[in-house]
Amino acid sequence: MSEIADLECRELSKSFLDFQAVKEVSFSVPKGTFFSILGPSGCGKTTLLRMIAGFQEPTSGDLLIKNKSVLNVAPNKRPVSMVFQHLALFPMMNIAANVGFGLRQRGVDKREIESRVETVLERVGLPGVGKRSINQLSGGQKQRVAIARCMVLEPDVLLLDEPLGALDLKLREHMKIELKKLQAEFNTTFVYITHDQSEALVMSDQIAVMNHGVFEQIGTARELYYQPNTAFVAGFVGEANKYDAKVTSKNGEALKLVTKDGAELSGIDAIGGLDNGDSAQVFVRPEAIKISRKQTDIDGMNNTHSGEIENILFNGANSQLLLRDNSNGAQINITMPQTGEFRDLAKGDTVYFGWEAGQTRCYASDKAS
Amino acid sequence: MTSDKSKLGFYLLLSPLILWLMTLIVLPHVGMFFVSISEKVGVRQYETGLGNYAVFFNEPLYWNTFARTAYMSIAATFLTLLIGFPIAYYIAKLTKGRTKTTLFLMCLIPFWVSELVRTFGWMILLRETGVVSSFLQYLGLVDGPIEFLYNDAAIMTGLVYTSMLFMVVPLVTTLDSLDDSLIEAGYDLGGNGYTILREIIIPHAMPGIVSGCIVVFMLSLGNYLTPILLGGKDSLWFTGLIYSQFITRFNWELGSAFGFLLLGLSSLIVFVGLKLSRQSLTETMGR
Repeated sequence: MSEIADLECRELSKSFLDFQAVKEVSFSVPKGTFFSILGPSGCGKTTLLRMIAGFQEPTSGDLLIKNKSVLNVAPNKRPVSMVFQHLALFPMMNIAANVGFGLRQRGVDKREIESRVETVLERVGLPGVGKRSINQLSGGQKQRVAIARCMVLEPDVLLLDEPLGALDLKLREHMKIELKKLQAEFNTTFVYITHDQSEALVMSDQIAVMNHGVFEQIGTARELYYQPNTAFVAGFVGEANKYDAKVTSKNGEALKLVTKDGAELSGIDAIGGLDNGDSAQVFVRPEAIKISRKQTDIDGMNNTHSGEIENILFNGANSQLLLRDNSNGAQINITMPQTGEFRDLAKGDTVYFGWEAGQTRCYASDKAS
Repeated sequence: MTSDKSKLGFYLLLSPLILWLMTLIVLPHVGMFFVSISEKVGVRQYETGLGNYAVFFNEPLYWNTFARTAYMSIAATFLTLLIGFPIAYYIAKLTKGRTKTTLFLMCLIPFWVSELVRTFGWMILLRETGVVSSFLQYLGLVDGPIEFLYNDAAIMTGLVYTSMLFMVVPLVTTLDSLDDSLIEAGYDLGGNGYTILREIIIPHAMPGIVSGCIVVFMLSLGNYLTPILLGGKDSLWFTGLIYSQFITRFNWELGSAFGFLLLGLSSLIVFVGLKLSRQSLTETMGR
């Protein structure tokens, strides 16, 4: 990155009395990036965001916006704006007054406020609603007003604190696309925090997966999905079947393992460092597993098993089969292929399934996750 | 059938309230109204007319006292609001859990003692030989004893003290319902303490402010004990005039007329206050 990053954190930490919420997090976000911080609740992502906004003071570390430290800048003077979880639109003002609030604080001329408010409302697709009250808007419209209220100030960085959490599913799906479009339109750096992986995967250019106050991995959605660097990322991003196993032999990257139930697996050492006798966590994506009614179809795959269908979780394109492995009784989750071939599968049927060693990612299991 | 029955139940449940309103509020007022419009023309001879009201308007002492009571009450209300708002804000927004309950209780504790005793407490503090005067002499700041009682400041102190709780409670309730993220959003968008107070906190707290002000104003206007005890003979409080007409002068007709004028005055000022703050009575009292 030769360009100056819009936002940069250097070993940022935050401790509360006896609890370290954020531990030496470092990252930088180049201009115009949609950057997501993804993590389970309680992982410290909200604390991190509030530190960037200025509502909480870091215990140590530095925070730079456009290469300037903002540690000693009050929240009302920082060139960042925040879309709050429940939007925090001011119910005592109409929409135009809401959007114009920040400009009024800056002492912008009244006429100019009016025209800039109208322009930004047009850009978010809500022209001419200025006179209406907040309660006359739908959930998605409120969302857009909240974004307009921030964007009218032309911040260097826009922070979003799980703003889609309160919406219903359909609207959430719609707003994901909308948010991505708005980000492209304004070409502003967005820092978006969420616990919903599909929100992060769909919208982001870069995603940081956070757990227990540290960034486990930063990368694009694809990288996180196909090449997770830690066991936590492998388990948290996307679905995965997880086994605890012991390494029995090692040949370069290729591993042979035995699960606790005694099943043999072939896999690869995802990040290196596993040795004979090490215990490992093994992750296999449900969609990486091929199923068949005939054993011959899966011959030649590195891992082959057969199992009885315990349950079919029908969910349209995302339907899944829950199988009980015949050899070791382990439960396994497989995505049902949508080719129509398996439409008539029923509970109790026996199927053969297998997957390649390359799809079997192994991580040392001493790492807490 | 069923609707008749439920209607009967409704009226039966309503009857204590109606009885209470009728016998204790409406009937006495109707009686007082008739007393107020009867003029005494001789021994046990009365005529209907507005003479009692005319007496009020023709006697400067009466309407001066009337106006003085009104503006002193308004001043007391504003003063209570000015002192009560930071207290309420502190309790509602800056404290949590037990501290909050404790502080709230501490506002309530003085009200476990009767108003009379509390007012005497103030007299012990403020009189010539009282605590404050002696303390100042002890410090050598003044040469002789000072009388703090029997002036407008003493009345004002008493009124504000007496009504503080009635301002703090509705304010705490409305400020409690203000989402913290609204204040944070205000700062985030570049607001400072003053603009956030003016544009976000006060508009949100308006119903609480208005209902608190109405209650405090009514209490001050109709207060008798505090102005008389702390203000002395010259307190010139309108309730004092009403008292003397009824009890000292046995002039029930004039006393009733004064009572109605006070009722009219308080209604008028509350009405104007609501109009100025653009609040409705149902909105502020329905909370």
